[in-house]
Amino acid sequence: MESTIEKHTISVLVDNEPGVLARVIGLFSGRGYNIESLTVAEVDAEQQVSRITIVTSGTRMIIEQIKNQLDRLVPVHRVRDLTDEGPFIERELALIKVAGTGDRRIESLRIADIFKARVVDATLNSFVFEMTGTAAQLDDFIGLMRQLGLVDVSRTGAAAISKGAASL
Amino acid sequence: MSENKLTGAEIVIKALKDQGVDVIFGYPGGAVLPIYDALFKQNDLRHILVRHEQAAVHAAEGYARSTGKVGAVLVTSGPGATNAVTGLTDALMDSIPIVCLCGQVPTHLIGNDAFQEADTTGITRPCTKHNYLVKDVANLARTMHEAFYVARSGRPGPVVIDIPKDVQFAEGPYVPPTEVKHKTYRPQVKAELSRVEEAVELIANAKRPIFYTGGGVINSGPLASKLLTQFVRMTGYPCTNTLMGLGAYPASDPQFLGMLGMHGTYEANLAMHGCDVMINIGARFDDRVTGKLSEFSPGSKKIHVDIDPSSINKNVRVDIPIVGDCAHVLEDMIRIWKARQKRPDQAALKNWWGQITEWRKRDCLRYIHTDPIIKPQYALERLRELTRKHDTYITTEVGQHQMWAAQFLPFEEPNRWMTSGGLGTMGYGLPAAIGTQIAHPDSLVIDVSGEASFMMNMQEMATAVQYNLPVKILILNNQYMGMVRQWQELLHGSRYSQSYSEALPDFVKMAEAFGGVGLRATKVSEVDDVLNQMIDIRRPVIVDMCVDQKENCFPMIPGGRAHNEILLGPADQLGESMSRDSTPEEGMVLV
Ligand SMILES: Cc1cc2nc3c(=O)[nH]c(=O)nc-3n(C[C@H](O)[C@H](O)[C@H](O)COP(=O)(O)OP(=O)(O)OC[C@H]3O[C@@H](n4cnc5c(N)ncnc54)[C@H](O)[C@@H]3O)c2cc1C
Ligand SMILES: Cc1ncc(C[n+]2csc(CCOP(=O)(O)OP(=O)(O)O)c2C)c(N)n1
Ligand SMILES: [Mg+2]
Repeated sequence: MESTIEKHTISVLVDNEPGVLARVIGLFSGRGYNIESLTVAEVDAEQQVSRITIVTSGTRMIIEQIKNQLDRLVPVHRVRDLTDEGPFIERELALIKVAGTGDRRIESLRIADIFKARVVDATLNSFVFEMTGTAAQLDDFIGLMRQLGLVDVSRTGAAAISKGAASL
Repeated sequence: MSENKLTGAEIVIKALKDQGVDVIFGYPGGAVLPIYDALFKQNDLRHILVRHEQAAVHAAEGYARSTGKVGAVLVTSGPGATNAVTGLTDALMDSIPIVCLCGQVPTHLIGNDAFQEADTTGITRPCTKHNYLVKDVANLARTMHEAFYVARSGRPGPVVIDIPKDVQFAEGPYVPPTEVKHKTYRPQVKAELSRVEEAVELIANAKRPIFYTGGGVINSGPLASKLLTQFVRMTGYPCTNTLMGLGAYPASDPQFLGMLGMHGTYEANLAMHGCDVMINIGARFDDRVTGKLSEFSPGSKKIHVDIDPSSINKNVRVDIPIVGDCAHVLEDMIRIWKARQKRPDQAALKNWWGQITEWRKRDCLRYIHTDPIIKPQYALERLRELTRKHDTYITTEVGQHQMWAAQFLPFEEPNRWMTSGGLGTMGYGLPAAIGTQIAHPDSLVIDVSGEASFMMNMQEMATAVQYNLPVKILILNNQYMGMVRQWQELLHGSRYSQSYSEALPDFVKMAEAFGGVGLRATKVSEVDDVLNQMIDIRRPVIVDMCVDQKENCFPMIPGGRAHNEILLGPADQLGESMSRDSTPEEGMVLV
């Protein structure tokens, strides 16, 4: 029965109160759900509301459970499955450090240019690139850099929002 | 003290009173002394001193389950809070509304490994419906009211409020409950009408229907049980209850098939297996009920009414999910059924009942009576007869005795049956009986117990004696952790590893040592007399009912089996089907 694994991006609006993130993460670890990425930041300082974006995967039944379990947490305002509810934009930011000299250094710069990654720090034998894009684009770029002296990567995880005029 | 300001401790007491709390179960310690001081200075709120914090929570559970109110608990920081954790988990699993107040070290010491500090909100996060740490006395009253609202609304559950000692001393404003509204939490009680209409159509057209009803009906309140009974009778369909749902439908009603599940009746399980329409009202498709999921009621359309959307489609895919409160939904169902002048298919129903009657003829709860050796089932049958005219509440511990109590005692109304279903906590029954007796001082409250379970919280005898609570502890003493022994016999080649109750105390003397009354029956001829004495004595009584050591609890659906693979009694026991080798691996790993 419906055992195909689907990947979903879920937006959650929560009261920004102590422990709320621990509740969300505890729900995933306690029930063995998968987190591919999770981002959180306050989006309304006055109302003290934060937005959590979770990228997760599982069977249809598990995805439904995840949403229902999230919705059941007392400080959760709203849970929306962006993957289910229509087109949405997903972006992630990465900082990527590459070390090397000579041709490899030049090649990394050239590829960064193609991927629209910006140089935000440079020394004689290293660059730090900043890149924004979908998770897949970042994966591609990082994959190429791996062969050109990749030293370190820091990624934010996805932020996501639906297309069009409607709010969450 | 300045005008219209109260200390944190006074705010706690005032909020409890305003929430209608008249009893709180607790145990003092350094971090809650200001609250105990405030308790001392007033007379409206009664404090019951338990002998272990776990028991405080179970007592509050008994109180809550037998009254429909929120149970209140007060414990100190550190060990007080950690001792309460089992009770909180129990309440979470069984959806029991509890507010548990914990003392905490002063705010400036939190995180310093201070004396008797524990990360209470961290520890209790996964075992509560919600929890709070109150760092500012200005938020205390609001938090108290919110906690009660959260505990009793939607799917009920335990809520912890962690209150640092400095907050208990600090002065702050009081706000009454009427001024507090939760920012986000609004569970849906009224269901989508089109769904209910769809359900009514499906119900009316069923050929082999069954109502499968659970603890949610009890959670919803006595009205839900009334409506359920009314609707089931209007349809003429059979009805079964889960362990947690016993009493939601009157046991003596001819349409009642008894409990279903692992130790449920043959007719209930086979009807679940063979039905074409299953109407689940407030039950959660627990693994103890479904057995092997892939073979669970394979041919049926399923309706599921539950207030918690996460209960729906969790284990079993259903065809008509209905999110809402049982009483509200049942009211709608009855109204629509009447308005549309629904009539069940009488011919089909007659066939279905004919089939059920055949199953009933197997008389699955039959046991072999012996004399003079007392069978546990016999003791409970006698209890059933001798308590018939009494206003009785039953609690249990966990094990075979619990299952026999569920099978042999009749529950005609909700809130009469208090048992630990989801967590299966040995040691629940005695404190729960104490909480129940506090709520119903003139009723007959009996803890059907096992000798091993009793010893997990037997210190509560002192509580019963202190408050003159005439609770009865009926120990079905088989000198074994019988349920464990049964599994070892059936699934582990009769290797009784550590399941013998060695070095048992003399329970009669123990009762006397605590200041209660001890009675013992060792043969059939003594049973009635001992039970009658137990019922009549208005003091705490322990009955050491010495029963057959090797009796097993049947029917039984072994782990990983389907409903139609149910084992009936000793005859099946010898059959090939019980051997270790024929039990599927996936079944063996199940608990
Ligand atoms: C040794 C042992 C053996 C056991 N054997 C059996 C057995 O043979 N048969 C059996 O049935 N159980 C058995 N149990 C108990 C079992 O583990 C579960 O606790 C039980 O089956 C759950 O009952 P329930 O489905 O009624 O759900 P509950 O745990 O009572 O949950 C209630 C459900 O109703 C919902 N709800 C709550 N309030 C409302 C409302 N107002 N309106 C609508 N819905 C609401 C909740 O969201 C939840 O989904 C056994 C336990 C032990 C310890
Ligand atoms: C706290 C706790 N520990 C362990 C268990 C596992 N367990 C379930 S039933 C049981 C035996 C209970 O023995 P007893 O109270 O004598 O009841 P009987 O089965 O003999 O009627 C045990 C150990 C449990 N349910 N709870
Ligand atoms: Mg025993």
